Amino acid sequence: MRITRLLGAALLTFGLSAAAAAPAAADSTPSPGASSEDGAGPTRAGTSFRTATEFEQGQTATARASVGDYLYWSFPAGTGQRPTVEASVKLPETHAAETWRIDVYDGLRRRQACQYGAQTRTAAADAASVELKCVLRTVRAWSEPWANDPLPGTYYVRLTAVNLTAADLGQSVDIEVRAGSKEMGGAAAVDGSLSEPLVPGIALQNAAADQDGDGDGNDSPTAVLADLEPEDGWTSGWWSSRWVWTAMGGALAALAGVAGYRLTRGTGRPSRVPPGA
Amino acid sequence: MIRRKWPAAGVGVLLAALTAGLAFPSAAVAGEPTGQDAPQVDLVLDVSGSMQTRDIDGQSRMAAAKQAFNEVLDATPEEVELGIRTLGANYPGDDKKEGCKDTAQLYPVGPLDRTEAKTAVATLNPTGWTPIGPALLKAAGDFKDGNGSKRIVLISDGEDTCAPLDPCEVAREIAAKGIGLTIDTLGLVPNAKLSRQLSCIAEATGGTYTSVQHQDELADRVNELVDRAAEPVVTPVATEGAASCAKAPTLESGLYTDREEFGQQRWYRVDVLPGQELRASVSVAADRAVNPDYGVLLRAVTVHNREIVRGEAAGTGRTDVLSTGLRYPKPERDDDDGDKPAAETVCLAVTNSFSPGSGVKTTPGLPLELTIDVVEGPDGSSDVASFGLGRGWWLLGTLVLAGFLAGLVWGWLSRWRFAVWRTS
Repeated sequence: MRITRLLGAALLTFGLSAAAAAPAAADSTPSPGASSEDGAGPTRAGTSFRTATEFEQGQTATARASVGDYLYWSFPAGTGQRPTVEASVKLPETHAAETWRIDVYDGLRRRQACQYGAQTRTAAADAASVELKCVLRTVRAWSEPWANDPLPGTYYVRLTAVNLTAADLGQSVDIEVRAGSKEMGGAAAVDGSLSEPLVPGIALQNAAADQDGDGDGNDSPTAVLADLEPEDGWTSGWWSSRWVWTAMGGALAALAGVAGYRLTRGTGRPSRVPPGA
Repeated sequence: MIRRKWPAAGVGVLLAALTAGLAFPSAAVAGEPTGQDAPQVDLVLDVSGSMQTRDIDGQSRMAAAKQAFNEVLDATPEEVELGIRTLGANYPGDDKKEGCKDTAQLYPVGPLDRTEAKTAVATLNPTGWTPIGPALLKAAGDFKDGNGSKRIVLISDGEDTCAPLDPCEVAREIAAKGIGLTIDTLGLVPNAKLSRQLSCIAEATGGTYTSVQHQDELADRVNELVDRAAEPVVTPVATEGAASCAKAPTLESGLYTDREEFGQQRWYRVDVLPGQELRASVSVAADRAVNPDYGVLLRAVTVHNREIVRGEAAGTGRTDVLSTGLRYPKPERDDDDGDKPAAETVCLAVTNSFSPGSGVKTTPGLPLELTIDVVEGPDGSSDVASFGLGRGWWLLGTLVLAGFLAGLVWGWLSRWRFAVWRTS
């Protein structure tokens, strides 16, 4: 009885303290979208997967490009994030109707579906700009090899005009691309993880790092396919709302146990027995 | 109580997760010198008669180009080796045969002497024909061997006048030589036909096309292209896939290029040890006019032709490249009998269902880019879900019910024991 009570109290305290710790822990890891909202990103775009320009989530990458170019950027996304990619294209003053499209690919160059957002949009003739948006699925820590789920790693963004007239080819446009993400928390946790994020060329990077030992090396710029890492790391860390759920469940179970015990055990002693017996 | 072990387990797990987090390898890369050669840029300038037209900011196209060139030469980064080639600069006559041979190296690709280069540019006078195709062929020969990036920047105000040699096909052939050359094109006050031709040349090599209406645009754009050439990029290794797995080349982690013709199959082999994961991605570029519906299939099969996993992609409409990828984690071996070969050979087969547009040459094949990464296989999970943690109201309900039932049973037991004690 006493043990049960103690245990119940202990579990309850643990559950409450965990619950109290939850907002604090959440505060200490601000979402990358909010942390550097005004962060200016690169001012150039790549023209292939190989030359894609890297930028961090929360940054705005800008580029001056020509209609008809295929423009590539890449950004890193970690477990539990649901990335959103937005692009706005400032079109030239005079042009015919143009259709623009944004495509997102994962680190294996597999096309990733957009849940919501206007991935393709047609600008009417002489429209001033086009806004595109793609909300990806939540990045999971692991998936079956046969699945196409988003995994932590590099994400490529490709922006291009998919339908245009020859007269509009080569006209200058100003482009802004942003990436941010929503933390999906414990609901997105899965049972497993990758040993390495899906970063193209990571096998060679690891080999180079191993060879170099301490890693400070020299300053000569080495070309890598992708180099950036999300500011909170690839994994979402040890904290998850699941701790609270499970601890609370344990505490409630203990209380229910006490209640059940009292229900059947009665008040302790049968009332017929005199106190001195 | 059934949940008694949670606090202790939670703390243990927490510590484990923290240490795991600390020990997680950072993806920061040690700068390893690759011995990359200096980037080379060849500016190819149209000096044909039409460059006299005065329609760029009130001055002639030639004057605008000269001014832009001066700015570019001033801004060229130290490490870039720059050369200049002209087309149509010397032969003023009407003989097409002669006119179409008229291309000359004005300044050789090499370390830049700004004054010398500027003096050379100043001597130019709009003169002759527009032999774009022949000029590109010659320009491709201007570069020195080396693994640095190579870029041709073609500036023209009129389409090629030297048919039947199609500059688009010339560009494709240059790209197929595997010297890693990109051609960027700029059209000065272009019409739709010139736009189409220059954009075709650019797309054949993965370059860009820009139309220029003002002199400052020209200087900005050329500067940007020169800067882009100076950026270090990963140079892919040329390889040649075979028609069957048995004859296929064995590849290690890295970036590779190849050519794949329409409807052709390309096979490669990769050795994967137990406990390792193979990651492969492939891109097939549409460097010419193709029909609007297409696909790419990448399959990983065993040497006995059993398919393990595949990546497939299909698309429609205008595109530069179509890509897909796959992962194959090879499980750790439980039995260590050692009589089987340690590494498994995985065959990768790449096929495409692009189809050429009408009148488009099918050779050389489409450029194919293959990335291979062999990394450690998936870990024992560090994700919270794997510790048995759950979430949701159903979980709470189940726990409460289980706790309540356990309490009931405990109570009954205790009552029964009390009764036994009393009667004895």
